[in-house]
Amino acid sequence: MRIDLEPRPARSLAVDVAAPILALAAAILIGGVVVWLLGKSPTRAFSVYFVEPLLEGWSLQELAVKACPLALIAIGLSYCFRANLWNIGAEGQFVMGGLLGGWLAVATHNGAMQGALGGWWIMPAMLALGVIGGALYALVPALLRVWLGVSEILTSLMLVYVAELALDYVARGPLRDPKGFNFPQSVTFDDVARLPFLAEGERLHLGVLFALVALAVSAFVFARTLFGFEVRLVGEAPRAARFAGFSDKRLTLAVFAISGALAGLAGIAEVAGQIGQLQPKISPGYGFTAIIVAFLGRLSPFGILVASLVLALTYIGGEAAQVALKLPNDMTRAFQGVLLMCVLMADVATRYRVRIRLGAAP
Amino acid sequence: MNPDQALPPLLSLRGIVKRFGGFVANDHIDLDIAQGEAHALVGENGAGKSTLVKIIYGVLAPTEGTIAIDGEQVRLNSPEAARARGIGMVFQHFSLFDNLTVAENVALVLPRRESLAGLRARIAEVSRRYRMPLEPDRDVWSLSAGERQRIEIARCLLQDPRLVILDEPTSVLTPQEAYGLFETLDALKAEGRSLLYISHKLEEVQRLCERATILRLGRKVASCDPRQESPRSLAALMVGAQIAEIRPAAHAKGEVRLRVDALSAEAETLHGVDLAHVSLSVRGGEILGVAGVAGNGQAELFELLSGERTVERAETIIIGGAALGRGGVTARRLHGAAFVPEERNGHAAAPDFSLAQNVVLSRHATGGVVRRGLVRYERARELAQEIASAFDVRKTGPDPAARTLSGGNLQKFVVGREILGEPKVLIVNQPTWGVDAAASAAIRQALVDLAARGAAVLLISQDLDELFEICDSIAVIHDGRLSAPLDAHAATREEIGLLMTGATGGQQEDLHAH
Repeated sequence: MRIDLEPRPARSLAVDVAAPILALAAAILIGGVVVWLLGKSPTRAFSVYFVEPLLEGWSLQELAVKACPLALIAIGLSYCFRANLWNIGAEGQFVMGGLLGGWLAVATHNGAMQGALGGWWIMPAMLALGVIGGALYALVPALLRVWLGVSEILTSLMLVYVAELALDYVARGPLRDPKGFNFPQSVTFDDVARLPFLAEGERLHLGVLFALVALAVSAFVFARTLFGFEVRLVGEAPRAARFAGFSDKRLTLAVFAISGALAGLAGIAEVAGQIGQLQPKISPGYGFTAIIVAFLGRLSPFGILVASLVLALTYIGGEAAQVALKLPNDMTRAFQGVLLMCVLMADVATRYRVRIRLGAAP
Repeated sequence: MNPDQALPPLLSLRGIVKRFGGFVANDHIDLDIAQGEAHALVGENGAGKSTLVKIIYGVLAPTEGTIAIDGEQVRLNSPEAARARGIGMVFQHFSLFDNLTVAENVALVLPRRESLAGLRARIAEVSRRYRMPLEPDRDVWSLSAGERQRIEIARCLLQDPRLVILDEPTSVLTPQEAYGLFETLDALKAEGRSLLYISHKLEEVQRLCERATILRLGRKVASCDPRQESPRSLAALMVGAQIAEIRPAAHAKGEVRLRVDALSAEAETLHGVDLAHVSLSVRGGEILGVAGVAGNGQAELFELLSGERTVERAETIIIGGAALGRGGVTARRLHGAAFVPEERNGHAAAPDFSLAQNVVLSRHATGGVVRRGLVRYERARELAQEIASAFDVRKTGPDPAARTLSGGNLQKFVVGREILGEPKVLIVNQPTWGVDAAASAAIRQALVDLAARGAAVLLISQDLDELFEICDSIAVIHDGRLSAPLDAHAATREEIGLLMTGATGGQQEDLHAH
C-alpha cells in the first residue's frame, strides 16, 4: 500500500475559509472524547468552555484582554512564518520585553530617577524598552542563523528557557520587593508605570488598541508594500527572491526583529497593563499559543484577529472548567495542542489530495 | 516472401490511451517495432513521447489499450516486469550515486546478487563489445556526462534486453560523444536488438532509424521512413505548421557594454564547478554565445553575472561602464542589465504568484511599479498585460498564477518581461530549454531584435543549433574555463565540439591547420 499526496490544481477561497473551521470542529470533537474518558459530560464541558464565557460582559472583556497578547505575538510571528522562518521563541521575547520594561517601573518606583521631569515619560519609555528587549532577544537566533547557519527553530526555542529563568532570578533576586515579606515579586508599579485603562473601572487596557493597530498596519504592509511582497516571496520561492535582488539575510533579521518587537510589546503590555508588577512567571504560554493562533488564522491579519479570540476563549473556558467541572488546567494546553495538529492537517488537506493506492505499482 | 515478416512484431501497441484527470497525454496510439528494427519516436515537448515510453517500460499503466510482446498480450505493471520481458531503458536523467564507483552503481540495479569481481569482468566485456570505454573502478562524480550515460547503457545491456529504449540520449553529449554513442547503437543493431529512439533532432533520427512514428499533442500523426523525408518535412509533421525562420537583422557593433575580466570563483556547492579566469566582452548589437555541456560552470557563471553572487573586485564585472562586481542584482539592473535564469519555476518566476506579482519580482527597481516602498499593482497588471500581448503569452484569465501557464508560455513571459524593459545588457541562460519549437523561434527572434536595437546579449546555451542560428561569436565553457570566442559564421560544429570536450588551445590550432 502507498499513500500519495497529490497537489490540488487550484485552491478556492471557500476551502481556505472552511478548513480552519473544520479543524476547530474536529479539535472540539476530540476534546469531547477526552473529557468523556475523564468521566465528565462532554456537552457540559462544551458549554463551560465555549458558550458561558460569551454570555457575560466581564468575561467578554476578559476575552479581549487575553486575546490582546495572542494577537500581538501572532501577527509578529506571521512575518516570520510567511518568510518560511520558524521563530518558536516568542514566549522568550515576550518575557524579555516584560522584564526590561518592568525593570524601569521598579527603578523609578516612588519618584526615583524622575527629578524635575516628572513621571510622564516612564510609560512610553517602558513600552520602548519592551519593544527593544523583545527585538534584541529575537535577533539572537536570527544572527546565529545568518552568520553560522544555526537552525533558528532550536535556538529560538531554547532561548525561551533562558528568558524564563532570567525573569525568575530577577523576580526572586535583584528586583524583589524588599518590603514584600519575601514573596518572589517586585513592588507594585506606580500609577505612572501602569498602562491606562480604556475606561474607568474596566479591565480593557491600552494594549488592546496596540493589537488592533498592529493588525491593521500589517494588513497594509502585506497588501501594498514592497517589503510585504519581499517577505512573501522569500517564503514562497527563495531562489526567485534572490533573483529579485532581495537579501535573505537582511530579511531574516528584519522579520525576527519585527516579531520580537511585537512579542516584547505584548510582554510589557501584559506586565504594565494586566499584572502591575514583575513575577517569576508572567505568561501562561502566550508565546506558544500564538503559534496556533497564527496558523489557525492562516497568517492573515483578519484571521489572526478571529483566531486570537478563539484561543483566548480556551484560556478562560479552561479556568472556568477547573472550577465548574474539576477538569485539570492541563486540559487547556492539551486542547490547544490537538487544535494545532488539526489545523496543520487541514492545511495539508487543502493543498493536497490524499490518495491511497493498494498494490505495489501505480 | 521473407519468413521474418510472418513473425509477429517484437512489440505491438494498440489503441493506447493515457489520461491524467481531464488531460489526454496519449490518444489511441498504435506502434509496432519489429525484431532488429531501429524505431524513432519524434515529437515536440509535450507531444506525449515520455508518457508512451513510460507505459512501455511499465512505469505507468495505460488507461486503455493493449500491449503485446511477440504477439502475446501482456500487462507490464512495473519496470521489473518490463525488464523480465526483455525491455531495457536508458533515461535522459541519470540515476547514479556520485560517491560510488561505476561497478558499484551497476551492481545496485542488477536483479541478482553478484560478486563485484565477476561484475567488473562483465562490465569490461560489455565495454569492449560495444566500444564504450568504461573504467569500473572510477568514482562516478569524476566522470563526464557521456561517461555517465555509458554506465546507464551498460546497466541496461547487462540484462541482455531485446528492445532498448533511449530517451533523448544526445541532449547532454558533445558532438564527438554523440558520434561514439551512435557506434555503440550500430553494434546493438548488428546483434539484432531493437531500438526505440526518442529525439527531436531529426539528423540523428535519419542517421540511425529506418522507421519513425511522429506524435503531436498526444496523437500519432504519421509514420514514415525518416530517410525518405527532409528535415523540413519532418519538422512540419512534428509541429503541424511551418516554423517561422529567424530573420537575422543586420546590426552594427557599438561600444563594449559588458566586460568580464579574469572572473574566478570557487564552487559553493559539493560537486559544483570552480570558475577560473573567465574573461569576455560583449559589444552593443552583438550576441555572444557560451556553448558547453551542462554542468561545466554555466550555472555559476550566470549567478556571478546576475549578481546573485558577488565578487570581491568591483572591476571584474563592468556593465555599461560601471564597475559592478560587488553590486547585487538590483544595482546591476539599475545600470541597464537584465537577466533570464535557466529555471522558470521558482527562479525566474514564483509559481504561486500572479503574473503581475511576477512583474514586480524582477522589475521593482526599474519598471515603475514601486513608488516610495508601495507596490502599484495596477501598473504591474498593465505591464503584465503588455508583455502578454507583445509576446503572445497564452493565459487563462486576466492575471493568473504563473504555474498555470505552460512551459513555453511562461518562458515567453519571463523573456518578455526582461526585454520589454529595453535592457542595455541581457544575460540569458538556456532560454529555450524544454520549450516548443514555435515559442523557441519567437524567443530567438526577440533576442535578435533586441541586439539589433543596440543591446549586448550574452546567450548561455547547450543547444548548438540555437547558438549557430543567432550568435555573432561563440565561446565555449569547459570545466569552469571559457575559451576565446570564435566567429560563429566561420567556426564549425567540430571545432566547438572539440572545445566542449576540453581540448586545449594547441589542439584548436591543429584543427585550424587542417
